[in-house]
Amino acid sequence: MTLVDLANPTKFLTLTARLLPWLAAATAVLLLIGLYQSAMAPDDYQQGATVKIMFIHVPNAWLSMFVWGVMSLAALGTLVWRHPLADVAAKAAAPIGAAFTFLALVTGSLWGRPMWGTYWEWDARLTSVLILFLMYLGLIALWRAVEDPSRAARAAAILTLVGAINLPIIKFSVDWWNTLHQPASVMRMGGPVLDRAFLIPLLVMALAFSLLFVTLHLAAMRNEILRRRVRALQLMQVAQASQGPA
Amino acid sequence: MSLGPYASFIVTSYLVAAGVVLILIAWIVVDYRRQKQRLSQLDASGVVRRSGRSATEFR
Repeated sequence: MTLVDLANPTKFLTLTARLLPWLAAATAVLLLIGLYQSAMAPDDYQQGATVKIMFIHVPNAWLSMFVWGVMSLAALGTLVWRHPLADVAAKAAAPIGAAFTFLALVTGSLWGRPMWGTYWEWDARLTSVLILFLMYLGLIALWRAVEDPSRAARAAAILTLVGAINLPIIKFSVDWWNTLHQPASVMRMGGPVLDRAFLIPLLVMALAFSLLFVTLHLAAMRNEILRRRVRALQLMQVAQASQGPA
Repeated sequence: MSLGPYASFIVTSYLVAAGVVLILIAWIVVDYRRQKQRLSQLDASGVVRRSGRSATEFR
């Protein structure tokens, strides 16, 4: 099966049916390993045991931006290449991205209270991630508001590409402005500054959450293809009923 | 494994993450079953795809 074949939704469904059980199993195994390593990681000399929140906060924060990046590529697929699965991919990714962003905000808030003395601060990093979350909700609302999927896809694609401006703002907000949030300690010039005792569980959890995203995204895309098939058949049924018996 | 004085923050973080992930999984599974059920109903009512294949033929 070539990449071009995947443009065919029926062939995509065949591939998804084969891949999903393996992806789900790999995700579950990696999550278990990551959770075990997170539990066994030593306390940080400054933060104590609260450093364990990092193992779920950081992967969710990375994925909140990564998913919008995936949706931006899909938006290009819709507007430029008119790929038949591009808007299916974008629509299916939005609720998953919103969930990861919600988790990044909540776990960050729960980490912030003991470390900073506050659940929330209107600084650049926190505010830009909150805006990202609101943009996810806006996109989901847009998809629901427009009944025709192809019309909704074009509007959503434009909104997604405009929203992508927020990604570098989130990434570099800790460098451009004074914020309570710490600067990057893994994805930075010069390599990670985290000790291996924290870095390895963090990377395993990041990989596990990334696989979770791929698994959920493929499953949600499959659902969206079936939903469109239902819609097309219902329209055919209505058309046949209005024509009456031949 | 001692979680120290901030154990409630750590445990709540992991519980919220587990809850949200479980809700996502459940939503996707329920949605899949709902779409399959609708396709079965359409198939039973005699509607066929333009390709001539059955509505429930997923592959």
